Amino acid sequence: MIGGVPVQVNDEGYLTDHSQWKREIGDAIAKEEGIEMTDSHWTVIDYLQEQHRNEVPLSVRRVGKSGVIDIKGFYALFPKGPLKTSSKIAGIPKPVSCI
Amino acid sequence: MRKIVILGAGTAGTMMANHLRKRLSSDEWGITIIDQNKKHYYQPGYLFIPFEIYKPKQIVKSIKKFIPNGVDLVQERIEKIDHENDKVILSNGQEFDYNVLVIATGTDIAPQETEGMEGSGWRKDIFDFYTFDGSIALRDKLRDWEGGKLVVHICEMPIKCPVAPLEFAFLADAFFEEKEMRHKVEIIFVTPMDGAFTKPKANEKLNYLLQDKNITIVPDFNIEHIDNENKKIVDYAGTEVDYDLLVTVPTNMGSDVMERSGIGDELNYVPTNKATLQTKIKDNIFAIGDATDVPASKAGSVAHFEGETLLENVLHFINGEPLNEGFDGHANCFVETGHGKALLIDFNYTQEPVPGTFPFPGIGPMQLLKENRMNHMGKMAFKWIYWNMLITGKHIPFIPAQMSMAGKELD
Repeated sequence: MIGGVPVQVNDEGYLTDHSQWKREIGDAIAKEEGIEMTDSHWTVIDYLQEQHRNEVPLSVRRVGKSGVIDIKGFYALFPKGPLKTSSKIAGIPKPVSCI
Repeated sequence: MRKIVILGAGTAGTMMANHLRKRLSSDEWGITIIDQNKKHYYQPGYLFIPFEIYKPKQIVKSIKKFIPNGVDLVQERIEKIDHENDKVILSNGQEFDYNVLVIATGTDIAPQETEGMEGSGWRKDIFDFYTFDGSIALRDKLRDWEGGKLVVHICEMPIKCPVAPLEFAFLADAFFEEKEMRHKVEIIFVTPMDGAFTKPKANEKLNYLLQDKNITIVPDFNIEHIDNENKKIVDYAGTEVDYDLLVTVPTNMGSDVMERSGIGDELNYVPTNKATLQTKIKDNIFAIGDATDVPASKAGSVAHFEGETLLENVLHFINGEPLNEGFDGHANCFVETGHGKALLIDFNYTQEPVPGTFPFPGIGPMQLLKENRMNHMGKMAFKWIYWNMLITGKHIPFIPAQMSMAGKELD
């Protein structure tokens, strides 16, 4: 249960099925991470989810080049490991390599 | 006469020229391959040059040697793809019309993307090993380096051969041990991801390697700049890592032809259907290998497995038939761990690397996700397979294009 919604997560707390994501879930994960969500946060989350749907592998730099936010701004919004934290809130997998 | 144009004569492009020439009649189809480079490098060999396991001359041959009869090789710089008018424009003004275009322009390092990378320390104490020149420069440096902090670093994903930086760290450990100077070298592995191993099974089975080899991991590091003067890399959160010798994998980017043609993503990769390999630019444009944005590893084995689907789909397209959604993201990679051993990993879009035997279930002789000498011999034998079979489009026995679950151990 996250944010009052039943969801499946992996050992590290990432949603295993993105279709279960709801904004309340994102809000609740953000609170756990010590982040109070604002419109700027949600703009980034929307962008990440759209990239995920298009199966584009994400990196901090790609987010920085997206026009949605620059890298410094990304760190300001999600200070502790921005891509990891924002991916968790967005209900998408963390960035991985092949092994 | 109808025409196929292939851009890039590296692993994927050369292989496709061979595949397509065998299957299309020379009376009906002209095939042209365009690449400004004269040399074909065996890129898996770059890893071995710094440690003098291979000599430079063992990994380079002429591009021309592998282009089959009946395919025109044009060695000029590509200016632009004019996809609206189905033609490729070269820098010398020459134009090539096509009915079908295959993009195989690969990926390359872009050190200019990181502030300070090409500063006063470049190729003095900052090196890459993803280029022929870079790997030779690093070999020369290692010959008389007296030790200190060796930082092996990944700028950002995606990169070509995502396991190569780890292999470099493992081989460095063995190299310095053999030189009896391991005690003088601290090996630090710096990655933008949350660990050296990011997949659950690999992490479970392989984490011991880092401890055994005394390699320190600095995770979640997104490089902001390199301070050449004080020899440190600095990330966006302000974290600093000191180095005496920095071996970095710079940002990887696709060809700037994509930028000039207005068809790439932020990193100049070509938007491509991950199952059919038809691009999202236009129906008559296909892409293969490192040039695409498909979520598979950027590796020669992936290009090889993609080749089968791409060949079929170019033929389907020509005949007005529906395309085959055949490519499953299959990759098969040896991972050198030093001291004559290696791992083997076999995976696809949905199946993470797991333990087991390969290619024959229960027999091997290769072992998945486990170190052994046979895997290392497989990696060494692969150079011959590459030059003699892979890029000339010959079938490699027992290794199907689609990943097989046979021999894989699941929980």
